[in-house]
Amino acid sequence: MPKVTIDGHSIVVPDGTTILQAARMIVDAPGYIGENIAPPTMCYHSKLKTSGGYCRSCIVKVSKGSEKDPRPMPKLVASCRTTVMDGMEVMNTTSPEVLEARRGVVEFLLINHPLDCPVCDQAGECHLQDLGYENGGSKTRYDFKRRTFAKIDIGPFIKLHMTRCIMCFRCVKAADQLTNNRYQGMLFRGDASEISTYIEKAIDNDFSGNLIDVCPVGALTDRTFRFKSRVWFTKPMDAHRSCTKCSGKVALWEKGNEILRVTARKDKWGEPESWICNECRFEKKNINDWVIEGPRHIDPHSVISLNHYENVVATMKLDVAKQQKQLADKK
Amino acid sequence: MGKKILLEHINVPGIKGLEVYRQNGGYASVEKALKTMAPDAVVEEVKKSGLRGRGGAGFPTGMKWSFLAKPEGVERYLVVNADESEPGTFKDRYLMERIPHILIEGMITSSFALGAKTSYIYIRGEYFYVSRILEAAIEEAYAAGLLGKNILGSNFSHDIFVQVGAGAYICGEETALLESLEGKRGNPRIKPPFPAIAGLYSCPTVVNNVETIASVPYIVMNGGDEYAKIGIGRSTGTKLISASGHINKPGVYEIEMGVPVEEFIYSEEYCGGILNGKKLKAVVAGGSSVPILPADLILKTEKGEPRLMSYESLSDGGFATGTMLGSGGFMVYDESTSIVKNLYTFARFYHHESCGQCSPCREGTGWMEKILHRIVEGHGKAGDVDMLWDIQRKIEGNTICPLGDAAAWPVASAIRHFRKEFEEYINHPERIRDKMPVV
Amino acid sequence: MSKEIKFNEETLALVDKLMKRYPEGKHKSALIPVLHIAQAEFGGWLSSDTMDYVASLLKIKPIEVYEVASFYSMFNLTPVGKCLIEVCRTSSCWARGSEEVVKHLEKRLGIKEGETTKDGMFTIKTVECLGSCGGAPMLQVGASFHENLTTEKVDTLIEDYKTQGKQKSYTDLDYKNTL
Repeated sequence: MPKVTIDGHSIVVPDGTTILQAARMIVDAPGYIGENIAPPTMCYHSKLKTSGGYCRSCIVKVSKGSEKDPRPMPKLVASCRTTVMDGMEVMNTTSPEVLEARRGVVEFLLINHPLDCPVCDQAGECHLQDLGYENGGSKTRYDFKRRTFAKIDIGPFIKLHMTRCIMCFRCVKAADQLTNNRYQGMLFRGDASEISTYIEKAIDNDFSGNLIDVCPVGALTDRTFRFKSRVWFTKPMDAHRSCTKCSGKVALWEKGNEILRVTARKDKWGEPESWICNECRFEKKNINDWVIEGPRHIDPHSVISLNHYENVVATMKLDVAKQQKQLADKK
Repeated sequence: MGKKILLEHINVPGIKGLEVYRQNGGYASVEKALKTMAPDAVVEEVKKSGLRGRGGAGFPTGMKWSFLAKPEGVERYLVVNADESEPGTFKDRYLMERIPHILIEGMITSSFALGAKTSYIYIRGEYFYVSRILEAAIEEAYAAGLLGKNILGSNFSHDIFVQVGAGAYICGEETALLESLEGKRGNPRIKPPFPAIAGLYSCPTVVNNVETIASVPYIVMNGGDEYAKIGIGRSTGTKLISASGHINKPGVYEIEMGVPVEEFIYSEEYCGGILNGKKLKAVVAGGSSVPILPADLILKTEKGEPRLMSYESLSDGGFATGTMLGSGGFMVYDESTSIVKNLYTFARFYHHESCGQCSPCREGTGWMEKILHRIVEGHGKAGDVDMLWDIQRKIEGNTICPLGDAAAWPVASAIRHFRKEFEEYINHPERIRDKMPVV
Repeated sequence: MSKEIKFNEETLALVDKLMKRYPEGKHKSALIPVLHIAQAEFGGWLSSDTMDYVASLLKIKPIEVYEVASFYSMFNLTPVGKCLIEVCRTSSCWARGSEEVVKHLEKRLGIKEGETTKDGMFTIKTVECLGSCGGAPMLQVGASFHENLTTEKVDTLIEDYKTQGKQKSYTDLDYKNTL
């Protein structure tokens, strides 16, 4: 089993693990205290085969290839698609070169993005917002007309707002891998590429709603939630019901006693824990349909966690752990 | 006159056909390899020859061949890259059009060495008429027992098919080519795995350029050592150069590696000097992707030594003062040429050809084109040149395939060597408005 | 385009033959060649009906055809004139006067680049490098290359095509007989 060191943190991982997975394992390990060294991702999705490699936001520097061949890799590599070798040393947040290149990637992703966050339902849980906030510059240098597309309804539940798309290919892969009838794909090429259903043919499948969850930006949004509320004004609750099609384990987004939206439960990397069916997602909006488990854990730095009581408890737990570790280190 | 290997018989009437081709020693390498050599021995000769990939990257062919995985019971493929789309390059078309059998011969011999039962020629769609010539040549070869079952009575059977593309520069990248050959969009694959392990239909595959494969018969007939004697240093053998632009004699020339650049441009044997007796301004020596060099640096290296047509000499000085041999697309520009406008045509090209898969290339190529467009239209802004420099730097090295680098290098080199010209454009929009020469 | 979207027996046999060039189960490889044939047979462009037909022939999802057809620049997704004049404009062709060629064509045919003449005869299109830099400036009509252009040459060319009534297309080059 290879040992890899990322920004000074070492971990032994199973064969075939990618740098990105290893970095997430380091951060996820119990007792890990330190900054998030896991590279950001826009197109990689652990549950979608062959995803990743396109957006380039997870690029890292391999300063030592392996124990056997210690030469550094000549170019920055996509951490989501590069397998670790024994003795490999990787620089992510510690490499100015990586941070500079990533700033470039963010800028490229944003030059044709409409930046219409004030009217975008994804705002508050958008990976591109996070990426831009954490890795981007504060100004745009792009002063040309941005690319625009007409909005398309993909069936009764999904809105495709192609102008916001960053071409991560996740929805194409999800449509391929989750649904048995692929009606969606990538058309044209270069910066004229677009995701499209052909001739607006509806995606008619029980699991099509998951395309909304895999979209890292506001290109695919839930028509039943459209303009209902900003996500940070809703309360996320874990809930379940017995469902014959899926696990029935979901997150409910409530405002008062009303369920505004149902989504899959997303983990700290923004990926659904399990796929949910359209019936659970779009048709069960009555509080009596669900068994409420309790408030959903939301990352403390997310805008959604503002005034979210569960967050206070989490921060306290973290503080206690931190102090215990510091004490142990001193001894 | 330098040594000719590929074009030796190019002017023999009827060389396009099998009969005349055979009368001139054609297909002897198939006979020799199949009847007297073991496959590995052929690979060994190619290794010894020092032959390097003629498509642009210059990777040693023998080494590429020896990487080919050979798992039991799995098909292997040879795929010939005839997608030739690098601006400035048209040598493969010339070769296939005039003497198609040299490619077919090379493919049979190479496939024997690699143990491939089937090979494909992937030719760009615009060369449709050339694909017909190849189909006709293949048919002749089948009729003569040089293709099909038990070639020349040996145990070796082989089929060759021609696949026509449909207009996409990116399909010259080997993994994009394989995707296209599988009937998909030409999106380059993320490597690893490399084609030698999982290529066409996930089987081990070697992808080689037309010229590379066409060089194999000579190597088999004369031995790798003989081939290695031709040329200079690690640039062995001959190279087809596609010469175009402001020269008196545009065309395809076979040179022995090591010919001085000055001789190549000015001698009657090759380009015949600059058109209309004008002065030389700049040269793109290896296809649009390689750095452009001003006249003084293309004729002599920074050290003052004469620059030679070879991999090493052309790249002498790195990107600061050198360039690359690339695919041998040699484009010459006279003193009246606007480097900025020429760069704009390249930027437009790469923007048009970006597949759109990864963000730096998809977004960056279009951005660079737009900035260059406003500069040539007389609307350039102060700071545009620095911004171009910064954008190309953020594309280079950060993409899935080399198209990103290929789009970045021309921009970087034009700014590096002709920065003043960009500034003239930005500072004197009135000259553009009045249709006056800017520089 | 009232013609029914269906290949005749001969072409169907050709498609079948093409599909056999690839290992079993890999017949999707025939997609690009079959699209070329379909484009030549059904009016020089690929309508969605044509693409759906190709999908049914190859037994693949229509979106797989759409993805491919829209990726490659030689497939026209909108109707074009009987003679599609494609003028190369990259570096060497530009340096040797491709802009003048385009200007002359525009003047001569009374249309702008990207447009089709009213009689549906000619479309002018500018394209990127066609691999004929030694013959710069050059243009392509159908499968034919026309190199070392001058305004006189362009004029003759247009007259010739006017007399012929259409471009030499792929089918004229005997696609069928050489396969």
